[in-house]
Amino acid sequence: MQPLLASPLLIPLATAAMTALLWSRPVAQRVASVAGAAALSIATILLLLEVAGGPPLVGRMGNWPAPFGIVLVVDTFSAIMLAIAGLKALAVAVYILGSGRASRDRRGLHPLFHGLLFGVCGAFATGDLFNLYVWFEVMLIASFGLLVLDGTRDQVEGGIKYVALNLIGTSFFLIAVGLLYGLTGTLNLADLARTVPTVGNQGAVAAIGLLILVAFGAKAAVFPLFSWLPAAYHTASMPVAAIFAALLTKVGVYAIIRVFTLVFGYDTGFFGPMLTVVAMATMVTGVLGAAAHYDVRRILSFHIISQIGYMLVGVALMTPLALAGSILYIVHHIVVKANLFLIAGAIKREGGSFALGRLGGLWAAKPLLGLMFLIPALSLAGLPPLSGFWGKLAVIRAGLEAEAWLLAGVALIVGLLTLFSMVKIWNEAFWKPQPNPHPVIPLGRMARFGTYAPIAVLCVLTMTIGLWTEPFAALSVAAAEGLLDHDAYIAAVLGPVQAATLTETTP
Amino acid sequence: METILALAIGVLTGSGIWLLLRPRTFQVIIGLSLLSYAVNLFIFSTGGLRTGAAPILERGEAGSLAQYADPVPQALVLTAIVISFATTALFLVVMLAARGLTGSDHVDGKEQDS
Repeated sequence: MQPLLASPLLIPLATAAMTALLWSRPVAQRVASVAGAAALSIATILLLLEVAGGPPLVGRMGNWPAPFGIVLVVDTFSAIMLAIAGLKALAVAVYILGSGRASRDRRGLHPLFHGLLFGVCGAFATGDLFNLYVWFEVMLIASFGLLVLDGTRDQVEGGIKYVALNLIGTSFFLIAVGLLYGLTGTLNLADLARTVPTVGNQGAVAAIGLLILVAFGAKAAVFPLFSWLPAAYHTASMPVAAIFAALLTKVGVYAIIRVFTLVFGYDTGFFGPMLTVVAMATMVTGVLGAAAHYDVRRILSFHIISQIGYMLVGVALMTPLALAGSILYIVHHIVVKANLFLIAGAIKREGGSFALGRLGGLWAAKPLLGLMFLIPALSLAGLPPLSGFWGKLAVIRAGLEAEAWLLAGVALIVGLLTLFSMVKIWNEAFWKPQPNPHPVIPLGRMARFGTYAPIAVLCVLTMTIGLWTEPFAALSVAAAEGLLDHDAYIAAVLGPVQAATLTETTP
Repeated sequence: METILALAIGVLTGSGIWLLLRPRTFQVIIGLSLLSYAVNLFIFSTGGLRTGAAPILERGEAGSLAQYADPVPQALVLTAIVISFATTALFLVVMLAARGLTGSDHVDGKEQDS
């Protein structure tokens, strides 16, 4: 059990406990929160450097051998997700310094925030299906607390829908877990990858796959299970919405990619077309929803859904290029989307509203904010040379190579419509004259630093991914190859010798 | 025994889903609870239904479900029960908060215009 492997779990847990203990000391609590996020970010980057391109790192809990005990498995894909989650955690922790009201601290913003990171990192690191369920629940409880943090009527209403729909998704997941255990006698992902293709009753396996797709799809907000997302996200406070947008749905996407490459990856003939249709419908409904709204937060929420579609293209086509494109797209999306939510918070502070009709004149008043909005907004739409371009390029090229013409075409058109809604925010909030001038309260130095520093850093990161794509693309390709190399994963978890002895003793 | 358990799971699931589709938050939460009971029973049953079988292997015995009761589903179900208890409690708190804030127990926070 390597300490580096457990650190993405232990650091958020320790930080959550620390911040809970420091409840009555706001300053110390904020320092602990930022320090914990920084430590998480460093640890996950070290982990990525350790794992990248090599075999998966495996940690056995309590040193029980693999299919019997719970394992933590971090391969290149997991490590990428952990590293980007750590980075995001740091950005949001700093942003909270600038924008968070003191009342939020007293309601437990920091312990819940690190509790959420604990769940997210656990879900990325686990190699066991039932353990994944536990991490989902950790995440759900923490995210629910964060969602209703301000205790306003909108938040509580959105929270009820969020929890009810997530619990239904969880029930589906548990039924699938039960069926899978009944069929194969194991819930270890590597062991499942080994046994599921040999199960005689493949019809039952397909049904389980669908149940799991519904369960993870509800977490990832794919079509037609996304209704909780626009109902809930736009009510959350901005730092919370940013971390939700960056990480929550991405855990669902991660779970879909992991399970449908590793466990059900052998049956692409059945799941491929289905995932293709889901991906297309998700892209289109999300972007159309965004086009219809005039509240910055709602537009951004619907765009999350639309982007989820692109991330599913990789697992729908199941080619190395498509998977690499999806992974690059997830990294880009987490950076850009959370940044847009942070910017939405800044727009609200500078312009006084989220409603586009009441905003205006921000370009004249705050040109720097306008510039910092344009970078992620155009990147989201996929304009070169920003980060979104490369992800989209890889995904669409993979679609063309796999002769999925419709999928590639839809992806292109959705990109255009994304540009339309981003330009809509630009025109309304930044370009048109201020409709009803109101006195702007200037921000203090600390608030200004906290608000703009993370936005600026994430903008620079977007530009970096866009202009110096080589290492990111190479990492995505390595992760995609790792995802498709089932034997290496199975051997790393079960060990080659043990895998052989197990098959001998199985009656 | 299998028939009875299957019927029980079916009835619980059916009632749970019917209640989930109702417009009152209290009905929704009872529906969710019934659904989770059904799921828990279902997971429990995947280990095979046997009476008087020990969940440990005798020395020299082959690890077959004909000889022993599988302890793993019992462990899984215990975890699932604890977690669903916690989420139900959490949901109840928010439901009460919503009732206080909106003055209505409708899931949309307001009565539908009829």
